[in-house]
Order: sequence, then C-alpha cells, then structure tokens
Amino acid sequence: MYRIVEKQVLSDVTKLIVVEAPHVTRRAKAGQFVIVICDEQGERVPLTIADHDQAAGTITLIFQEVGKSTMQLGMMEPGEGLFSVAGPLGHPTEIENYGTVVCVAGGVGIAPMYPIARDLQAAGNRVISIIGARNKELLFWEDRMRAVSDELIVCTDDGSYGRKALVTVPLKELLEARGHDIARIWAIGPTIMMKFVSQTTQPFGVPTIVSLNTIMVDGTGMCGGCRVLMNDGARFVCVDGPEFDGHQVDWANLLSRIQFYREEEQLAVAQWQQETAGQGRQAETAGVGGGV
Amino acid sequence: MATLTAKERLAIPRQEMPTQEPDVRNANFEEVALGLTWEMAKLEAERCLQCAKPHCIEGCPVGVLIPQFIKALREGDLLGAVQFMKERNNLPAICGRVCPQESQCEAYCVLNKKGQSVAIGRLERFVGDFELRERTSPPVPAPPTGKRVAIVGSGPAGLTCAVDLARLGHKVTIFESLHRPGGVLLYGIPEFRLPKSIIQAELQVAVDYLGIEIRTDHVIGSTYTVDELLAEYDAVFLGTGAGLPSFMRIRGINLNGVMSANEFLTRVNLMKGYRFPEYDTPVKVGHRVAVIGAGNVAMDAARSSLRLQQMHRAHNGSGPAEVHIVYRRSRDEVPARAEEFHHAVEEGVICDFLTNPIEILGDEKGNVREMRCIHMQLGEPDASGRRSPIPIDGSEFEMSVDTVIMALGTSPNPIVFTDAQGLQRTKHGTTVADGDTGRTTMRRVWAGGDVVTGAATVISAMGAGKRAAADIHRFLSDPSVWP
Repeated sequence: MYRIVEKQVLSDVTKLIVVEAPHVTRRAKAGQFVIVICDEQGERVPLTIADHDQAAGTITLIFQEVGKSTMQLGMMEPGEGLFSVAGPLGHPTEIENYGTVVCVAGGVGIAPMYPIARDLQAAGNRVISIIGARNKELLFWEDRMRAVSDELIVCTDDGSYGRKALVTVPLKELLEARGHDIARIWAIGPTIMMKFVSQTTQPFGVPTIVSLNTIMVDGTGMCGGCRVLMNDGARFVCVDGPEFDGHQVDWANLLSRIQFYREEEQLAVAQWQQETAGQGRQAETAGVGGGV
Repeated sequence: MATLTAKERLAIPRQEMPTQEPDVRNANFEEVALGLTWEMAKLEAERCLQCAKPHCIEGCPVGVLIPQFIKALREGDLLGAVQFMKERNNLPAICGRVCPQESQCEAYCVLNKKGQSVAIGRLERFVGDFELRERTSPPVPAPPTGKRVAIVGSGPAGLTCAVDLARLGHKVTIFESLHRPGGVLLYGIPEFRLPKSIIQAELQVAVDYLGIEIRTDHVIGSTYTVDELLAEYDAVFLGTGAGLPSFMRIRGINLNGVMSANEFLTRVNLMKGYRFPEYDTPVKVGHRVAVIGAGNVAMDAARSSLRLQQMHRAHNGSGPAEVHIVYRRSRDEVPARAEEFHHAVEEGVICDFLTNPIEILGDEKGNVREMRCIHMQLGEPDASGRRSPIPIDGSEFEMSVDTVIMALGTSPNPIVFTDAQGLQRTKHGTTVADGDTGRTTMRRVWAGGDVVTGAATVISAMGAGKRAAADIHRFLSDPSVWP
C-alpha cells in the first residue's frame, strides 16, 4: 500500500495528491509517468509525475476526474493508500540547452509540464510558457509555472482569466514574431490541443514534442494497446515515449483509438455515481439513528 | 488391488479426465478439466509397466521421478508420491495443467507406440492438487547462509529458481513489475485452464515456508537497474520472460478492434476484465473475432473470446457470435498443446487453415470492418522443419470481422537491459546464457526461461530456473567457480 500524505483540491474536478513511493522517487525524471491502481478491483491508470521529493520519498500526481478510476482517486484522503504504484516509466524528457524554448500546457497538462519547464530553465534555456484552460476555475500552478519561466502567457477559452484565447493563438503570434529564435516546443494537454499545437508549429518548422496519453494496460511494453502511428510505423507510447515528434503523429488514428472504450467508461462512471450516491444515503440513514 | 500381470495392465483403458461439457463451459471461466478421482488415478497408475529402463524421465525438462511417483500412487501411498514429485518439481499442480505432455514425458512412454501412453500429466496434477489441499510436506529451508539473491520476474523460471535457492538457505527477493506475482501464469494463462487460486497457493508456500520476499510494482531496468541489484545482492537471476507482442506488418493494424493477444489476455486474466464492471478494466470482443496464429496463446485468446461472447449474449440477447482461428499452415502444423486445440474445437472455435491476412480494413470511424486474406499452400520444410506456407495467387478474399487478435509470438522485454552494457544479447533480443548453468556474459548474473529461449513453455522455463539455481548455489558456496 502506498500512503497518500497530502491532498489539494485544485478545482472541482482537478485534484493533487502526494503519495509515498520511494522506489519510484529514486530514479524519477521529468517527463516520466507511473501506473497507479486505487484498489484490488482497480484498473491500471497512467499518470505523469508532476513532481517528486527525493528526501521524503514522495511523488506528486495531478489528475482530472474524467472516469470512474480518477473519480475514485479524487475521493481518497490523506492516510488512505493506493493498491499499486509502479514506475518510473517511459523515457525522460531530453533536457539540453537548446536556446529559447516554448512550453505549451493545457488544462491538467500543466502538471507534467512544470518539471519539464523547470529542468529546461535550469539547463540554461530561455523558457517561454503558455498555459491555458477552459476557464479560470480549471487553471492551477500559475505561480509555479511563472517561477520556472522567463515569460508566461496565461489564457482561458472563455476569457474568465488572462487572455481570452486558445493556446494556439499566442503560440502562433510568438512564432510569427520570433519564430527563428525558437529552437523547440513542448506541448502537453488534451490530445486535440496537442494536435492543433503541432499543426500550428509545422509551417514554421520548429521541432514540437508532445507527451501522449493513450489507452494503456501494463505500461511496460507488454500489451501494445498504446500504439500510435507515426509517419514511419507504429510505436508504443509506454516504452518508446511518452514524448514524440508531434509532426509525425497520425492524429486522426490517435483520436479514434482513445475513444475505443468510451461506452464502457460511461457505464463504469454511471455505476460508480450510483454506488457512491447510495453510500451517501446509507450514511444519512445511519446518522439519524434509525435504519430502514 | 492385487499385483497385475503386464497383460492385465495393458487391458486397462487410459483414464479420461472429467471435464465441463463444451456447451456449458464456453459460457464461463471456470476450470474446464476437473481432475481425476482417487479411483481413476489409482487405476491409471496401474497402467504403468514400471519399465526397467524408463524413458519417460528423459522427456521431462526437470527430470521428474515419474515411475517412482506412479508406483507410490498405485500402492496408495500419496505422501510418498508427493515426496518423489517434489524432489524434482516444486509446482506439479501447475505443470500437470499446462505442460505439453504429449511431446514430452508421454511421448517417451513405451505405451505411446499404441497411442495409449500413461496419462502422466493427469497423475502429476492429481498429486499436485492433493499436496496443495493437504500440505503434507511443506518445504523446509536449510539454515541461513547469509547470501542474498535477487530474482527478476515471478513467472515459472523466476519462481522455480527462487524456491530452489530459498530451500538451500539463501535469502531470496523476487522483483515483479506488475501488481501481482505469477508472470505469464497469471497474465497469460486463463482461469479456465489454470485457476489463479493454484498460482496463489504456490506463491503462498514460497512466502510462508521459505521466507521469500516478493516486491511487486518494481520494473527492473527502471525502478532499479541490474547494476544496482548487483551492488546489494550476491547473485541476480533474470527470468523476465518474453513479454513484447508482435504485430503483423500489414495495413490496418492500428484500427480499433485490433489488439495483441497479450493485451486481450492481460485484460481478461490479470485484470479480470470478464467481470467488468465489478472489476474496473473493460475488455471488448465483437460478434466476429479472428485470432491470428495457432499456438497455445491463440487457443487461449479464442476460447476466452467465445466465453465473453456467450456471457454478453446471456445479457443482451442474441446476435451473431463467431470465433475463428486464422492460421497460415495446416492442421498438422498447429503448435498448440493437443488438449487445448481439441478443447477449442469442441467449444465451437472455427479453424481457417492455410489462410493468411494481408490487410485489415476499417469503417469511417476507424473500427475494424473486415480482413482481407489469401489462401496458402504448403511448400518445402523451412529451417524449423515445418513446411513453409506459400500464397496462392489470385485467391484473395474478404472475411467479415470486427475484432482481430494477433497471437504471433512474443519477444523479450528490453527494459531490464537498461544500463546493463555487459549483458550480451542476440539479434532476436534474447539474452545470451549458458544452457547448462544459465550464466550470462555479466558476472554474477544468470538468466533462464523465455528471456533466453524466446517464447517457449512453462516447463522449459522451470527447467532453466532449476539449472540456474543449482549453479548459483555452487557459486555462492565457492565464488571461484565463476572467476
């Protein structure tokens, strides 16, 4: 069992947990992920490591409650434990001094982007970060991202905070104004955002690295469920990635593959909501000292 | 029973194993073969001629004392049978279920000339199951030696090596990448062929009686490197198996509904996807499933697909339900264990022999719609001795499918070799290791099982684990044997 030592509610649907996993912390690097399982009946969920603390032996995970497992994870409290945490998995980000780099993060993608931006800046890069979310409520870690960026642009889709724009708008402006200075771009966020970031940067010929989040079971190369089509053939996100050249990815195929279990995911959510609502009612009944 | 003459022994028919009826079992995941009764086992044991020069033992990769345990059985001495068995094989309940006996011990049985070899595998299972229930002779470890051994992987090779070393008094730690130990026994072989409770019981013995520590969630090569293990342990054994799936190099393999048998079986077996949504991991099969390949893994995938289809039908009414084995060679070349193929056909799996897929086609949403195949004929034998299949020009045809499961073999997972430069590998990705000792090209590192041979059998992995354990013990007793 891996104990949760801290929890923060970053928004209604975005949670941060700090988990004891010293075996992962030892060799964890920016860009890598872990597979977590809530309980014995749970599924294996890949989550990128947002931060780790060598001395405390803990990792920080941030997730959005989009399915049954992340909803269950979101209900867990400090002191409770996860059934399984395996890692660190995948290749770390290739941190070098490239010159000027842009880090584009959308929504919950801000979490995995933070250690990458931090390490890129520490390696001597001039880091320009663009972070965005649907609205102000879903935005987090602006202060942290500011601390590791030389410039920070904040936007929301609905204009409730920062600039009212999709992240691709300021990105395109940057490329038009000083594209020749920009050596490399990282993008992490929803698949559709990473697709549009890659399409935005392609005409400028700036290498663009995306961190893909696909369907995955074991996370160690065994199942191949995570395979993604690149221009020159299929790759496994878990062991060949998770970072890839965004200009080589077959985005239509990826967008279709991540929908494969949609029906089952909806069924699991519906059942989970019914179960947890049921538990709530039972607790109330017990609370009034009666019972049915 | 009084002592029988050879003629009387030959007159006893080979005892058939009771099984669930095909049309019942193809809708559940309960074990298919139910095991011999005590009476049947004694009768089967009477069939053994107790040859002066028995050949059956030669056919066993771990050299089980076959005539001895069978003799004890027919004398009614179950405890003696267990002791003979355990002298060479720690996991008889598993081997009795998954070994290809027809090409090993039973192939060497003198009665096999008439196709009626003693059912050694069934008797082995009988003895193994008795011991799992009764625990008459739990292993007793030798006094601690103070030596520490790291075993990477908890499948048949690792587990066998671990148990042998722990019995000799060494402190053994097993590192497992998944959240539950058992390796391919757990994620690969379905419940209906090898119940998880059997694996659990064997692992429990290793932990309870031999003090073996099992650390799950440790991906060696990533969580710790082999070098880091060498710094903490006196010896390291790699039994990491062959976990990487192969996909055909044809168009359409990334369509939705195409998956590796590894993914499909892991969802079903390790993650218990057949009990979704009680268990969180979903598994999906369509109405028309094509499993490519005809090995044991293909049979497991096909039979699991049938069961999922039947369970789904029970819930959602009717609809077409078909599972095909698509194999480019013929019936004679099927590499699966005879019993698995027989069971698959009995349960309703359709076999398309001499057929090879050339393209998978999808609909506008990216889901599999059909598979374009070509008929094959057999030519001259290839390097493996099997006749090579040759496409018949102009014989292309489309087969309507919505699920394609690729069971084309697996290769070793390279993660464990991260930063282990001293470990030499072949061009197939397997580890170079001595066949007798398991020694790799890196001092104090041994390897055995599929990581050395490529995908093979449970029992050959166990044999390799055993030989490596013996050599590790020699080395720990006197390091000068491997300078």
